[in-house]
Amino acid sequence: MTLAPEHAPKMARLSLAERLEPWMPVLLVPALILAGYLSIASPTSWLTLTVSGLAMGMMIFVIASGMTLVFGLMDVINFGHGAFVSFGAFVGVSVLLMLSGMTGAPSLVLNLLAVGAAMLAAMAVTGVIGLGFERVIVRPVYGSHLKQILVTMGGLIVAEQLIHVIWGGEEIFIGRPEMLKGSITLFGATLEKYRLVAVGLGLVLFLGMRAVLRGTKLGLIVRAGVENPEMVQAMGYQIRRVFVLVFVAGSALAGLGGVMWGLYQEMITAHMGMEIMILVFIVVIIGGLGSVEGCFIGALLVGLMQNYTAFLEPKLALISNIALMVAILMWRPQGMMPVIKAK
Amino acid sequence: MVRLFLSGDGPQSKILGAVLLLILFTLAFAPFLFPGTRSLETAARICIFIVLVASYDLLLGYAGIVSFAHTMFFGMGAYGVALATRQMGTGYDALILGTLAGTALAAVFALIIALFSLRVRAIFFAMITLAIASAVAVLVSQLSAITGGEDGLNIRIPRELTPAFRPLDAPFWGVNISGRHLNYYLVFFSCLIMFLIMLRVVNSPFGRVLQAIRENAFRAEAIGYRVVYYRAVATVLSAAMAALAGAVFAIWLRYVGPATTLGVEIMLDILLIVVIGGMGTMYGAVVGTVVFVLAQNYLKDWMGGASESTAFLPLVPDLLNPDRWLMWLGILFILSVYFFPSGIVGRLRGKA
Repeated sequence: MTLAPEHAPKMARLSLAERLEPWMPVLLVPALILAGYLSIASPTSWLTLTVSGLAMGMMIFVIASGMTLVFGLMDVINFGHGAFVSFGAFVGVSVLLMLSGMTGAPSLVLNLLAVGAAMLAAMAVTGVIGLGFERVIVRPVYGSHLKQILVTMGGLIVAEQLIHVIWGGEEIFIGRPEMLKGSITLFGATLEKYRLVAVGLGLVLFLGMRAVLRGTKLGLIVRAGVENPEMVQAMGYQIRRVFVLVFVAGSALAGLGGVMWGLYQEMITAHMGMEIMILVFIVVIIGGLGSVEGCFIGALLVGLMQNYTAFLEPKLALISNIALMVAILMWRPQGMMPVIKAK
Repeated sequence: MVRLFLSGDGPQSKILGAVLLLILFTLAFAPFLFPGTRSLETAARICIFIVLVASYDLLLGYAGIVSFAHTMFFGMGAYGVALATRQMGTGYDALILGTLAGTALAAVFALIIALFSLRVRAIFFAMITLAIASAVAVLVSQLSAITGGEDGLNIRIPRELTPAFRPLDAPFWGVNISGRHLNYYLVFFSCLIMFLIMLRVVNSPFGRVLQAIRENAFRAEAIGYRVVYYRAVATVLSAAMAALAGAVFAIWLRYVGPATTLGVEIMLDILLIVVIGGMGTMYGAVVGTVVFVLAQNYLKDWMGGASESTAFLPLVPDLLNPDRWLMWLGILFILSVYFFPSGIVGRLRGKA
């Protein structure tokens, strides 16, 4: 008879590195901010750049979150997501131009009301477009990534051209509302008011989305659907209906992001959606396809990286984000916070 | 003999065969059939685009990989020639060296991107190539000291290939032969050879494995083919072919710039041509390119006329505005992905 092998359970605490491991992606953001501080060497410029980087990151997150959820839930890769951004921007800007009396008035309440109306209009329109897009373009090509990429790309082309048909071929310049113009000075650094508003709005949206996903039954179904759609279906929930809902919500968020981006750039073109999509793709890849938290952190990293490099070495701004993507994929090939599929 | 040249992959349809022969004949005698610089320009552009689109089909139609960096590789070939002639002066050695350097660079780039993204997830490839291609396009237009920026670079090619060179004193078949015609035949024959090489590749055992992977990557892996290896080789081959096409394009155009080689529009054109012509058929590139270029030239005129004659209607004239032709092409593209995934060629072959 042989004795059972000795195995004493180790009760030792995990090492610091092991305990930090799950938090690594979250820590990357402060690490990047710190690296920016060290390489920029001017605290005031650094503060300005950090705020604008965060603002940009928040906007990219608003746009990218819908896309990553749609992918996670139904394995649908939507290259036409940029179309919602452009449409949202054009609808929002049209509303703002109509409400020029409100945007021009030196009253914060009226200004915010006008911006809010523009955002709601943009979200309503892009939500409806998203519903149609899902039905006409995406639904027939479930299950085939190749066809999805091709068809949604075609949808993007058509949508871009439709914008030209409706609003004409020219870019539209849009001034920010009166009270959101200019900047405030904090610790000697000039911070544009609009960027602070964008950061606040993005943060509210992120926390709201997190609350919905973590705290409501619908959120539970969505999260479960991302991990295992068949099982959710088997439990009696119409996963297709949930998916349509998420698709519409994602499109509406992209439209909202379009309005925010349009006001940030103070100029909109039909092609802007496509241009933003490049950053959005980087964000969803490094965040881990299907992960909202990963998407948020990825968006902040990309926004900060873009702004720091644009200050240090303007020509390398986009390349630096590619380098960031490469580095993160070397570290975690599935993205920073990969979604574990129960399959 | 014909079978040997076509690698045993004939048109398989009488109509398609006739169409292909007509295209081949027209392109081969284009300088004599349609004298004039503009039509020669169109013919050369068709030749080069056939190769460019066919090399994309190798990737999309045979390997089932969507890339958005194909124009980047095309541009690498073109810029290779331009930079080599600028460094080494005018001469055939510069042209050859530039072509080889551009092709090698494209192949290395493709290998790196392929290993990086295909290893993880095939769909990453589409997104990563889109990001990298746009970053490179931005970089090329910004590094004006090297690449000439938005203005691009003019290329001085040997005199024998320019319109100034007159090899014959008398007109030949009613055409005053110039170096431009010699240049056209350089384009024509190099494109023909490249196309036949690609036809050979897709009909080789290697091409069959690619098709197997496209249909079911998991199963191909289970049978014992290393999917990543095959996909990476297909990517490299397709990039190298695109770069060669780019080099030929630069020699023909004697100019290279971001808009003519790296633009997103060209990438979309390639995508549209492949799908409308027929994915995974090679001949789809030929038919698709010809249809596309003809449509580009004539559909726009027709749309202009239709737009004017419907001017009394609301919205319709805007929809028919010649600038909006891409929209109709986009709709055609979506419909053909749904209903004719094998495109015109697939329809003609009766397998759609």
